[in-house]
Amino acid sequence: MATALKQEEPNNPNPDGAENVVVRFAGDSGDGMQLTGGQFTLSTALAGNDLATFPDFPAEIRAPQGTLFGVSAFQINFGSRAIETAGDEPDVLIAMNPAALKTNVQAVRPGGLVIADEGEFGKRNLDKAHYDSNPLEDGSLAKWQLLKLNISQLTLDAVKPFGLGNKEALRCKNMWTLGLALWMFERDREPIVQWLNSKFAKMPDIAEANIAALNAGHAYGETAEISGDGLGGGHLQHHKVAAAPAEAGTYRTVTGAESISLGLVAGARLAGLPMFFGGYPITPASAILHHLSRLKEFGVTTFQAEDEIAAITAAIGASYAGSLGITSSSGPGIALKGEAMGLAIMTELPLVIVNSQRGGPSTGLPTKTEQSDLYQAVYGRNGDAPMPVIAARSPEDAFYCAIEAVRIAVQYMTPVMLLTDGYIANAAEPWKIPDVDTLERFPVSFMTEKPEGQLLPYSRDDKLKRPWIKPGTPRLMHRIGGIEKGVDTGHIEYGPANHQTMTEIRRDKVLGVADSLPDQDIAFGNAGAKLGVVGWGSTFGPIHQAVARAGKAGKDVAHVHIRNIWPLPKNLGELLKSFDRIIVPEMNTGQLKTILRDQYLVDAKPVNKVSGQPFTIAEIVAAIEENLS
Amino acid sequence: MNEMTKITTTLKDWETDQEVRWCPGCGDYAILKAVQRTMPDLGADPSNTVFISGIGCSSRFPYYMETYGFHTIHGRAPAIATGVKLANPELDVWIITGDGDALSIGGNHTMHLLRRNLDCQLMLFNNEIYGLTKGQYSPTSRQGTQSPSTPYGSVDRPASPCAFALGAGARFVARGIDIHKGLPDVLKAAHAHKGTSFIEIFQNCIVYNKDVFEEFAAKKTAADTQLHLVDGEPMLFAKGEKGITLNRNTLQLEVVDVVDGDWEAARVIVHDVTNRSVAHMLVEMQFGEFPMALGVLYDDPRPTFEAAVVAQNAAAAVGKEPDLQGLLNKGQTWTVTEGGPEL
Repeated sequence: MATALKQEEPNNPNPDGAENVVVRFAGDSGDGMQLTGGQFTLSTALAGNDLATFPDFPAEIRAPQGTLFGVSAFQINFGSRAIETAGDEPDVLIAMNPAALKTNVQAVRPGGLVIADEGEFGKRNLDKAHYDSNPLEDGSLAKWQLLKLNISQLTLDAVKPFGLGNKEALRCKNMWTLGLALWMFERDREPIVQWLNSKFAKMPDIAEANIAALNAGHAYGETAEISGDGLGGGHLQHHKVAAAPAEAGTYRTVTGAESISLGLVAGARLAGLPMFFGGYPITPASAILHHLSRLKEFGVTTFQAEDEIAAITAAIGASYAGSLGITSSSGPGIALKGEAMGLAIMTELPLVIVNSQRGGPSTGLPTKTEQSDLYQAVYGRNGDAPMPVIAARSPEDAFYCAIEAVRIAVQYMTPVMLLTDGYIANAAEPWKIPDVDTLERFPVSFMTEKPEGQLLPYSRDDKLKRPWIKPGTPRLMHRIGGIEKGVDTGHIEYGPANHQTMTEIRRDKVLGVADSLPDQDIAFGNAGAKLGVVGWGSTFGPIHQAVARAGKAGKDVAHVHIRNIWPLPKNLGELLKSFDRIIVPEMNTGQLKTILRDQYLVDAKPVNKVSGQPFTIAEIVAAIEENLS
Repeated sequence: MNEMTKITTTLKDWETDQEVRWCPGCGDYAILKAVQRTMPDLGADPSNTVFISGIGCSSRFPYYMETYGFHTIHGRAPAIATGVKLANPELDVWIITGDGDALSIGGNHTMHLLRRNLDCQLMLFNNEIYGLTKGQYSPTSRQGTQSPSTPYGSVDRPASPCAFALGAGARFVARGIDIHKGLPDVLKAAHAHKGTSFIEIFQNCIVYNKDVFEEFAAKKTAADTQLHLVDGEPMLFAKGEKGITLNRNTLQLEVVDVVDGDWEAARVIVHDVTNRSVAHMLVEMQFGEFPMALGVLYDDPRPTFEAAVVAQNAAAAVGKEPDLQGLLNKGQTWTVTEGGPEL
């Protein structure tokens, strides 16, 4: 969160008592772990803790039960200090079956608490998880605190009065688990009860059963004699994590997909335009289409197109007709849209393209995160086809990046790529809701009157922007298209000098966007540091924490986070050259590194991770130490 | 088309100052003239008219119309038009495309345009060849077409544009010939239809596929080779001496002789443009055994896509204020004061 006052020190309370706890829920993809995590997140936010989450789920909707590849997990890091990552190592793991235990337990900090549903540890499930013996019995979990509970049976007992079938009754397991987790951290159950009542409004029996399971889990913590060391070294006990310091204001939790949708709506309103959103279902971008399709009252038209190409070309058509055209996808879909982006560049129409990046190439890792579409965003079109690129660093930041993308698109008559990723799209964090009156307006004006003499659709203002002329405007008929256009007139023109001039105009127009950008700031440390750590996108959290930790330990290190990937801020080269050494941690094989080397001839060194998982703070701390030695 | 105010224009008002860049003798010239001549008759307003095209010879068309025009990318004109029309349903939208553009690279968009029934006119210039890329066979080329990419003849069976359109859900299907004097009437009927009006126009590519339609397009033999469909009129050709009837045993169309003009005795079908079953048979009539069916084959309007979208958007917004602050504050919120957080 942007209101960082203290730095995360995972697992060790600071002397001032500030602390953070990392909890991971893991179960079968049908166990409702994402739902459990989501509700625990809401309760955490309402308790005033700062937090960050990391939902991690398989690409399959309902993978075969009990399998290792079907495990779905949700990690949350919350604390009484500012939280910027989902946490390196869980302090608490709740494992709903052997497969969940096997795939997650190695991440748990030694000495951390592992709660396992022993009701699910029968031979069949153990076999599916490839366990030769029961890990709950064979001592292999000795380095953690182990708490075995028959959650399945306890849930069945709790929901018995409601007469559900065995299968339906067991579906309430996640609420029993949530109840226990709420008790562990002294949380109020009421918001969850409200949510269950509204979610199952049409099925009151199911609502009641889930509430009963929730209450039973809570009561179990309250009354049972639980042995074994828990949090804080003693018996399992409730443990309230104090509220985190934060700026005064009204807050809510928000995921990246939500905040981008809200930012796009806000951007369109600030520009004074109706919005047209063309989308085609793709993970993890679809959530944006879902959110926007419910916001008709804001002048939003959503169009689920027949394919990715129709989604972007319909958006271009809408922009041509005077709406704000927006399209959204993930890497494979963005690849399909490439030719149409060129059309928007050539016809100089405003357009926002949101790329929720995922692991690639090809289908790659649909539900896992990566930052490997940076080349695609900056370079991925035929011809010299420059396009502004902005990258969001967090769910909160994505709101403002979306507004910025809209502003650039309409102020420069250009398509703009907004990069986010699967991690930002799904992760939730507290968000200080802005006062909309403080957001700067940038109203659009269309050409409505025929100028003196000839109509010149490709004439330009001081930003090199051409006029936006809506079809339907009397007497301003003209033709545009993807063929090279004559300077000013926009007529078909293949002449060599004309193409040289027009190519340079398109380049200079986009480079000129830098005039409207703030100088590159330093997120931590100072210019001239021995080591500059340069990042972009969702790696902000772990890089910032790692640099801050190294800085506090006396290391001469600075953190630079780049939001405007293209064009780059004007002072960036000078800033980078002030560092003795530069490293660029990225979830790819070194894409920003290449651009920085190319643009500034600096010896930027790559630090790469492409496992589908975000960086841990420790990994970046290690990279800093290595590069300072 | 739209319920727009009819305005007075002349052919000259629809011509641009751009030099037309088609090959001399190309059928596109005749189509361009037919359109420019028809627009004044429609009472259309150039300021409210948009011509949208894909890529290919035909797709240069918008540059020559003094209207709004968008020469887009290969195959995507229907999708662009969908965005244009959803953003401004008042515009009068014409899509200009070819056999490669609409049925090969853009086949998917053509199908979805038709099933959605966006209100527009789609003119498919079918010349059974790729002209602008210098003569490769196209998805409508007949089997055995020799071309630079098929020196031994094409082996794949051609698509039938009108059968494709009807199969995709088209509510208006018509056919014309580039140089045919009946083309303006087809255009007028297409414009009068609310919904996607699909018009296949046989267009002579003088360079790469010269006279490929000559068998039925030639004026000399036209009486015997062309069936001009008129709503409410019997399906007669060959100066009324032949007609189209339904064989009640095979449930297939067949050609019958009409003796002494008594078409009723010969059980010749009376054309009903709203009869979808007969339309399916008309688009499947193979030339040779049958004459080429021209004119409006099918015309039975249904509500349009953009009208449904506009209506749903309006209904969903009823009673809701576009309150951005309220939207941002939605869901469970909490307040932090200077003294610390509180719920």
